[in-house]
Amino acid sequence: MPRITRTLLLLAALLTLVFFPLFGSSFYVGLLTRILILALFAMSLDLLIGYTGLVSFGHAAFFGIGGYALAIAFQDAAVIHLWQALPLSLAAAALAALVVGWISIRTSGIYFIMITLAFAQMFFYFFFESPRYGGDDGIFLFFKPVLMIGSADILHLDSENNFYYFVLGSLVSSYLLLTMILRAPFGKVITAIKANEHRVCALGYAVNRYKLVSFVIAGTLAGLAGFLEGAHSGYINPSYMSWHESGIAIAIVVLGGMGTLYGPIVGAFIIVLLQDFLPSLTDHWQLLFGGIVISVALFYPMVRPACCRDFMRCSEVK
Amino acid sequence: MELSFYLVQLLNAIQYGFLLFLVASGLTLLFGIMGIINLAHGSFYMIGAYLAYWLTDVTGNLWLGILLGLPIALLVGYLVERFAISFLYQRDHLYQVLLTFALILIFNELQQILWGTDVHGVAIPAILAGSIPLTENQSYPIYRLFISAVCIALACGMSWVIQKTRLGMMIRAGASNREMVQSLGINVNRLFALVFSLGVALAAFAGMLAAPVDSVYPGMGENVLIISFVVVVIGGTGSIKGAFVGAMLIGLVSTFGKVLLPEMASVMAYALMAVILLWRPQGLFGRAR
Amino acid sequence: MSEKNETGISRRDFVINGSVATAGLVAASVLGPATFAIGGQAKVKVGILLPYTGTYAKLGTNIRNAMKLRFAEAGNKLGGREIEFVDIDSEAKPAKAQQLTNKLIKKEKVDFLVGPVHSVVGMAMVKMARGDGPITVIPNAGADQLTGVLCAPNVFRTSFSSHQMGYPGGPAMLEDGHKRVVLMYWNYGFGKQVAAAFKKSFLPGGGTIVKEIPTPFPKVDFQAYLTELAALKPDAVYTFYAGGGAVKFVKDFAAAGLKKSIKLYGAGFLTEGLGKAQGDAAEGVRTILHYADTLDNPANHHFRAAFTAATGAHADVYAVQGYDAGELILRGMNAVKGDTGARAEMIRAMETAEIDSPRGKLRFSKSHNPIHDIYLREVVKGVNRVVRVAAKDQDDPATGCSMA
Repeated sequence: MPRITRTLLLLAALLTLVFFPLFGSSFYVGLLTRILILALFAMSLDLLIGYTGLVSFGHAAFFGIGGYALAIAFQDAAVIHLWQALPLSLAAAALAALVVGWISIRTSGIYFIMITLAFAQMFFYFFFESPRYGGDDGIFLFFKPVLMIGSADILHLDSENNFYYFVLGSLVSSYLLLTMILRAPFGKVITAIKANEHRVCALGYAVNRYKLVSFVIAGTLAGLAGFLEGAHSGYINPSYMSWHESGIAIAIVVLGGMGTLYGPIVGAFIIVLLQDFLPSLTDHWQLLFGGIVISVALFYPMVRPACCRDFMRCSEVK
Repeated sequence: MELSFYLVQLLNAIQYGFLLFLVASGLTLLFGIMGIINLAHGSFYMIGAYLAYWLTDVTGNLWLGILLGLPIALLVGYLVERFAISFLYQRDHLYQVLLTFALILIFNELQQILWGTDVHGVAIPAILAGSIPLTENQSYPIYRLFISAVCIALACGMSWVIQKTRLGMMIRAGASNREMVQSLGINVNRLFALVFSLGVALAAFAGMLAAPVDSVYPGMGENVLIISFVVVVIGGTGSIKGAFVGAMLIGLVSTFGKVLLPEMASVMAYALMAVILLWRPQGLFGRAR
Repeated sequence: MSEKNETGISRRDFVINGSVATAGLVAASVLGPATFAIGGQAKVKVGILLPYTGTYAKLGTNIRNAMKLRFAEAGNKLGGREIEFVDIDSEAKPAKAQQLTNKLIKKEKVDFLVGPVHSVVGMAMVKMARGDGPITVIPNAGADQLTGVLCAPNVFRTSFSSHQMGYPGGPAMLEDGHKRVVLMYWNYGFGKQVAAAFKKSFLPGGGTIVKEIPTPFPKVDFQAYLTELAALKPDAVYTFYAGGGAVKFVKDFAAAGLKKSIKLYGAGFLTEGLGKAQGDAAEGVRTILHYADTLDNPANHHFRAAFTAATGAHADVYAVQGYDAGELILRGMNAVKGDTGARAEMIRAMETAEIDSPRGKLRFSKSHNPIHDIYLREVVKGVNRVVRVAAKDQDDPATGCSMA
């Protein structure tokens, strides 16, 4: 697909999203908000899986930490100031990703998958068993964040539409940020690490440092998604960082297409709409859902048309 | 608390370690030899427990139930290997994670369809039903001691098979260099199918043995799955000895964690893993790569 | 695009939705029950949010089946209107509660909302439904807040509050002569509330809590805690465990030989519907609950037979709560002859309802929480038999409720 076609398609999709709240009911705006948050989360994971070649099975931890930072700091606050809450969530997620990444990137392959899982479980149980932070019951938030300068309300996320545009804006800026990072020399190096780590190492690059930076960026963006989810649903509990969530995120990335930034967005649409639709067919809907995920694991990379595959995999970094 | 209290807790820890070893040993074989991440391992544990419940109900005897259940577990393992896992040997671990993750969802639903959502119990066979007094008011069930004995026997048996038999030789060779084994004319497809089925049967056997003490309920496999992964990774993938040591370590840490530091009990096992991997990224008995 | 397919909503729909959302019940009450052009009445929509997968699947299924049984007995009509069910699997996941409730309220626009099982799911659900949301009936979730700080005229509960579960336990154990007691419970919201309610009656009555041992939910490795329990040597232990955890706990407790020296008590879930799985280990265990299979009243005899005939399964307390939820909705709808717009009148009929429940007499408090008898039960030959009434007409303090 030529580049111009792709750009036009993306713009058309963006325009549809921008104008959607004018036509859709508030229920669907809410649904779409959830999808976009999940898309942002999956996109951040794709930076690791699709570009850096790091299969993290604990990415939900940073999503959860983003949400928890918001909830813990502001559960009793009368007003949640966006300019305080958002940087706090991002910083917490970035810090956690730095520590986890610093230890994890020393391992590779199966061990990397397992150690990221173990760290996520550690965070999960920390919040799960700590009575201070609500344990399994989680924390409810009663207000939505606001952006105020002085006493003037700039942005109030109370309305479903405002929140939607805020999420859409976050997603688009993250998309642009990642595109820039991937076009920069840094991006070339991490994609090269995915292709052949030893060669990159032989060329004299400090491979682990590149991996770590990529890990922290991904973790921070996951924290942003977690912040948005926590603020949107007004609720956070440990299940947001369970290994099921990490598994679903991987499914989204693979389903949508690894190594593209918009693949995970498509994947998030498919997964959420499936989860929304399948239960209306049967009580045993997870059988169908599981079957679909298995088909993806078995067949998807093979049956995808070659033209698309090339386009999906390489065009981003060419 | 007096000394006897800690001695009983030590016994609890070792006993828990043995159960973990039973599940983790199969997992480490799949990991080390086939390079497969099997998230569905806990599901096979659950299937074992439900088979034990169902067949014991039908035959009226746990031993008969286990005897009939094991071939079924082997068959399930074989089918899963042939129709799903075998496509993924050459592919990235990512797809294995995805596929076996989906298998969990599917096995959970199948379990609900076949056996419903009730909680079930399995009676302990009459000869092992008694218990041995330990302190003035606590006694220890003989069946738990029996499980430990079976685990020791199984551990010895496995290390004998792996160290002394031709099959064990192939398994060891497969673990260290898959291509070499293949070029030596050994049918790797058959070897892998066998090893996977055995791994599944081991997990199911663990579930069957544990059914009388653990009770049988939906989702029971996921409780042991992740902690078994921790055991395997601590011990080093592919190492039976590592799985044994790892299981004992986790048994000790989580049992004494519950008593001494109840609020952090579950975190500690994972923290232990992080510390060990920081020190030895390939696990205690894993080969450095 | 997928979002287009999913919605297909025109600007006109949007305008209508908007007006309904803002004008809400005012409009509905003026218009009366929605009618089709042909003249037939629209179906009344009952939204169900219960778990059908996971740990609580059995509870969800029994509640739903029993409620549908009650409706079927009434000819599958509510105040003369046909019923349309919108049934959603809550998976007992609090993280999903908000979006699923949203779906029932905003998208499906249900008239009644029934659910859930899980207390925290209940919190999220009631937060959204209270006020001008649909009439909500909670058939299990026990969190005190649901009919406490979160209470609302349109929110009813047919099950119990944590307080009602734990509070009657104290006097019951003291009356049985147990003064030194250890508390063991799953360490999550509901478990903590039950334990706190137990202490509220047990300590002033002269009892001593030797130690509290909260264990992580929903884990079932009890061995280390049982060793600790043995070393503490209390007279008795009061517990809260349910489902698989309850089976495991009762069996481990018996296998550790503790039954001889320590008497086992618990909130009723400890032995509810688990007789076959627990076997002999449960013999002699005493529990406190607002229902027992063997209750000798006509409503119970009828219900148990009808439930088994309809589903092939045995009824339990969860089924009773579902059945009563169905009855309560029937009372409301019959009082207004199917006119869901007559909301105040319907709520009045529901809150004053006196129901001959299988559990015995059931009334509702000002906060719309049940008032019912609590029984002390003992497992004899695998069946929960009533020892005595532990508390007559047990009420809930409805802490923080503006209606009480």
